[in-house]
Amino acid sequence: MRIGLFVPCYVDAFEPEVGIATLELLERFGLDVAYPFDQTCCGQPMTNTGCHAEAAATEALFVRNFAPFDYIVAPSGSCVHQVREHLTAIPQTDEVKDVRAKTFELVEFLHDVLKVDSFPWAEFPHKVGYHSNCNALRGIHHARPSELNKPAYSKPLDLLAKVKGIEIVTPARPDECCGFGGTFSVFEPAVSAKMGYDKVSDHSRAGAEYVVSSDSSCMMHQKGCAARIGVPLKFIHIARILNGVSA
Amino acid sequence: MSAHEDSAPRERMIHPDVARADDEGERGQDGRRLDHAEATTRPISAEPQAKAVREPQPRGAKIRGNRPIDQAEAAERFLAAPLHQKAHDERLWDLRKKRDTAAFGIPEWEELRDLASRIKAHTLSNLDRYLEEFEANAKANGVHVHWAADGAEHNRIVHGILKDHGAKSLIKSKSMLTEECGFRHYMAGTGIEVIETDLGERIQQLDNEEPSHVVVPAVHKTRFDVAAVFAKTMGTDPENDDAHYLAESQRMHTRPLILEADAGMTGCNFAIAETGTVVTCTNEGNADLSGNVPKLQIHSIGIEKLIPQIEHLGVFLRLLARSALGSPITQYTSHFRKPRADSEMHYVLVDNGRSERLGMEEFWTSLKCIRCGACMNTCPVYRRSGGLSYGATYSGPIGLIIDPTFNKRKYSTLPFSSTMNGSCTNVCPVKINIHEQIFAWRKVLAEEHQIPLLKQGMMKAAGQVLSRPATYRAAIGAADSALKALPRFAVYNPLNTWGKGREMPDSPRQSFHSWYKQNRMDKKPETDA
Repeated sequence: MRIGLFVPCYVDAFEPEVGIATLELLERFGLDVAYPFDQTCCGQPMTNTGCHAEAAATEALFVRNFAPFDYIVAPSGSCVHQVREHLTAIPQTDEVKDVRAKTFELVEFLHDVLKVDSFPWAEFPHKVGYHSNCNALRGIHHARPSELNKPAYSKPLDLLAKVKGIEIVTPARPDECCGFGGTFSVFEPAVSAKMGYDKVSDHSRAGAEYVVSSDSSCMMHQKGCAARIGVPLKFIHIARILNGVSA
Repeated sequence: MSAHEDSAPRERMIHPDVARADDEGERGQDGRRLDHAEATTRPISAEPQAKAVREPQPRGAKIRGNRPIDQAEAAERFLAAPLHQKAHDERLWDLRKKRDTAAFGIPEWEELRDLASRIKAHTLSNLDRYLEEFEANAKANGVHVHWAADGAEHNRIVHGILKDHGAKSLIKSKSMLTEECGFRHYMAGTGIEVIETDLGERIQQLDNEEPSHVVVPAVHKTRFDVAAVFAKTMGTDPENDDAHYLAESQRMHTRPLILEADAGMTGCNFAIAETGTVVTCTNEGNADLSGNVPKLQIHSIGIEKLIPQIEHLGVFLRLLARSALGSPITQYTSHFRKPRADSEMHYVLVDNGRSERLGMEEFWTSLKCIRCGACMNTCPVYRRSGGLSYGATYSGPIGLIIDPTFNKRKYSTLPFSSTMNGSCTNVCPVKINIHEQIFAWRKVLAEEHQIPLLKQGMMKAAGQVLSRPATYRAAIGAADSALKALPRFAVYNPLNTWGKGREMPDSPRQSFHSWYKQNRMDKKPETDA
């Protein structure tokens, strides 16, 4: 099985250790993982701003980079959601449709494709609050959203339950958006920041030492908010915990 | 939260003059106080005697003709009033939680949503037929039926009916449709007095403000704000902000106006084609007063309010109050069918852009909306901005997708006032894909150049860099650290916009890209280069 590793632009630049953990974790399962060197971005900043035409060339590049692989895996629900649901600025050839269908977010890839039943190397003896990225939650169905009267499930919490010593704490508003929202965070900064303050305060009140998420973008925003108002939370990507980081 | 935990503070809120411990009607079979309607929602302060700090009410978006609404600016002013913002957020989140409890109490909830959505889809797909059926049945019942192509025609028709009868005053219950038509503003120049009878709407009328929410129109105000408005307009004690004193004062002030009114008007929650009936759902009974007291009654009906048969009504009634307030049903569900003896009854069926919206492939399902407000209550942006920040009749998520159909330029900014988190779509009782329509509107607005040139320019530049790996790497590599370059890519501008409310992320020593090159490229020479 040949895996193409997609490292989103903000992970590449700000959280390289998340890319490294994702690569190492996939390799622990004996997979052949390659990082196409010419990759840049999924096109989300443009499409989310309505500028689909402006995203077309970036989308085409994404497809060129990743078409040769059996699966494309990325440590970001948000970018995977973009590829799967919104990579539509270019003609939908069989190749494009194929790339979109075989792009997976790391958690769902581990949970649904590899069906991993243990992470013997992983131990994280801390109180942890899980943050669901909204696209991961409601777009690619990581878990049951709090609004729906349907049976509860959570893929990320299933995986974290296999980590030794971890304790999950739940905030009062478990899946309220943290206010990042991509370009929303710069075009509507006041509301965005306030949502972030409320989010990190909620996690802190629930007793979390760490906030864990499958998306670095939300955490980058929350980390900045927590630092600004002095909430003593630490932030860590789920890939690093599952890869056995010791904190 | 259980009803038990919540009951103590509520009991304390009941004014001694009003509370009757032996009132069986207020209690369920298990002896607990009934948990229904907006009146029992957890009060802003559980301690009425507590001395709260007062804060001037933040006002809504600045309206400058046709120029795009600056929702972000108005939201920032709302956030600068923390007492208002916190009360607003908590009050509406409480409604969301009550909605969850009510919805989860019905095993078939998701099936009901699906059914309601399909009934609406069917009705809207055959709207011409159902409208004609409704009109024929209404006429057979002795109702006068009028058709209004737009808001202005609606206002002229109603004004004409009132003039014909020599009416000098009109009492009305809350109607988003009449807000949409600018009815009160129009009537202000006619010499006929319009009196809103819904408490929240009356507060807004007396304060000369639009409703900020479709169900709880004055939810952005604190009781101190209401005390100030009533003191100014009705002469109440400005220092007395007891909710019951204020409600009772309004009642005493308005009741004579209701009894003496020449005409009454309501909106419409559901119009049943099969029977020609208009159904209204209220918690204060004010639609009944408006419809039943004066000799002349007028019902304004948006044409999307049609449902085929009376048997379909139950589906919507089960969803509406639960979605709106978490109560099983509204206090009053009133069916208006025929004029009473010696009285006259009129329907005004209003299009006002609905037919055009029905033809919009990506947006027509927004016509399914039953105005429950659940999307507003769950919206994290709305709760922190206040409904008036949207500067439009419809605020919150549903407003973002409806408002641009009225004025694409003025409301071009609204679809961007969202994180597209999707909670609105999940609470919608008729399953409108609200967040997907917000996304679709952004595309339409960008294509029609209704987004700021600067924003579009930034996206064009971003697209050019992100589609050229060498340029992208050069841009990142040229900077001293990724920190200086990346925000231009990831967030496209200004460090100061990000940094205003947040600390900047730490910049690592090395990007993943260069780590990979250094640590893996030598080992895997076959990797794409």
